[in-house]
Amino acid sequence: MFSLIRTVWQVLLHAFRRRATIQYPDQKPRMRPRWRGRIILSRDPDGGERCVACYLCAVACPVSCIALQSTQDETGRRYPEFFRINFSRCIFCGFCEEACPTYAIQLTTDYEMSEYQRRNLVYEKEDLLIDGQGKYPGYNYYRVAGVSIGGKDKGESDEEYPPVDLHTLMP
Amino acid sequence: MGEVIKSLLIIVGLLLGILAMAGGLIWLERRLLALWQDRYGPNRVGPFGLLQTLADIIKIVMKEDWIPPFADKPVFVVAPAITVTTMLMSFAIVVFAPGITVVDLGIGVLFFLAMSSLGVYSLVLGGWSSNNKYSLLGGLRAAAQMLSYELFVGLSLMGVVMLAGSFNVQDIVEAQRPLWFCVPQVVGLGIFFIAGLAETHRLPLDLPEADNELVAGYHSEYSGMKFGLFFLGEYIGIILISSLITTFFFGGWLGPWLPGIVWFFIKTMVFIVGFIALRASLPRPRYDQLMSFAWKLVLPLALLNLIVTGGILLART
Repeated sequence: MFSLIRTVWQVLLHAFRRRATIQYPDQKPRMRPRWRGRIILSRDPDGGERCVACYLCAVACPVSCIALQSTQDETGRRYPEFFRINFSRCIFCGFCEEACPTYAIQLTTDYEMSEYQRRNLVYEKEDLLIDGQGKYPGYNYYRVAGVSIGGKDKGESDEEYPPVDLHTLMP
Repeated sequence: MGEVIKSLLIIVGLLLGILAMAGGLIWLERRLLALWQDRYGPNRVGPFGLLQTLADIIKIVMKEDWIPPFADKPVFVVAPAITVTTMLMSFAIVVFAPGITVVDLGIGVLFFLAMSSLGVYSLVLGGWSSNNKYSLLGGLRAAAQMLSYELFVGLSLMGVVMLAGSFNVQDIVEAQRPLWFCVPQVVGLGIFFIAGLAETHRLPLDLPEADNELVAGYHSEYSGMKFGLFFLGEYIGIILISSLITTFFFGGWLGPWLPGIVWFFIKTMVFIVGFIALRASLPRPRYDQLMSFAWKLVLPLALLNLIVTGGILLART
């Protein structure tokens, strides 16, 4: 009996608590930077596309919502000819971001992507590509990994170490 | 002629007032429940969400009025009307202020008891005619619960009737002028309150509907405005029980400074909020707990209260 009265009293005390509701359209929730929202393709500091069309994101995607076709420019640098994400299928798991070796594909804090028509949820490359560098400013994949240019392979310059041989256990 | 017009005005005013209040109560309940659960509740339609009920009514009237092919059609249609009718009939005996009542019956209390007992037919017939096992179980529970708790409504009021020496509601309120009956009849008040919860099947004792066991109990198969009528009946029941607690135990319209009807309204609102607070906080008992609580604890207590009250009254004379 006492516990019942105490329960009612405790509930009544909640009248003076702060309300947990966020009045969404009028009041936006605070998004954490690691929120997995709308997927973008970022650019490197020089303004070039980071994506090297390695297909790792498409392979990692558990719902197969990423479709792309790789192609090469005149210097042999790979880039996606088209890059398509079907957001009606995407589950925002972030596996594509983890799989990406060049930090090109990133998930952002934008979550307001509702559409009236389903076909509008299919984002093409020009919808995905942004001008900025996303979460990793100053990162350029080729500056770290090196690139072979005419007559000189990776690591052959005086100030360079040869690249790590992936097929041996020796240091 | 003037008498007829006055009573017609009271009837129409009462009907409109009760229906409007029942609608407002839905809003009040949702807002209060939200307040106690750290939410906002309906707050977008109109100022403070006050027009939410109106929007709900428009929605529920536009809905398809579906009668299942396996239902017993005439009974199915009549059942929801019974609860609203009997609850509204009970209001006939409530005295809001001296002279402001529909009928000044000499047997007012008995009339209320009779009408509230008839209300159970709505639940049982609704559950039966739906031809659905969950509805039937809900109807069964309603019948058993009402039978047990109807007893205590009567028994707990008998103490009040003894003290007042009359079945007339107006006389009962007048008899509380020296002291409200909530003091000498505190046991009766407790029993009447619990029985009132069971009578209106409000949340701690809402076993006939018990959403998490019986879908929605006796009104599982109902939709549209027929469901709305069950809902309306429930809220009218809350107003009725609250106003009767006010009348029988808290001196009705009696109170200083303010006019009687205002006092009546304030007291009734306090008990309505009390009903909602109980809904917000207490869990539902198991069915056998409910029945054993009724027959093993409340019934002896009610009888004891009756005997002690009668004994004291006899000793005094």
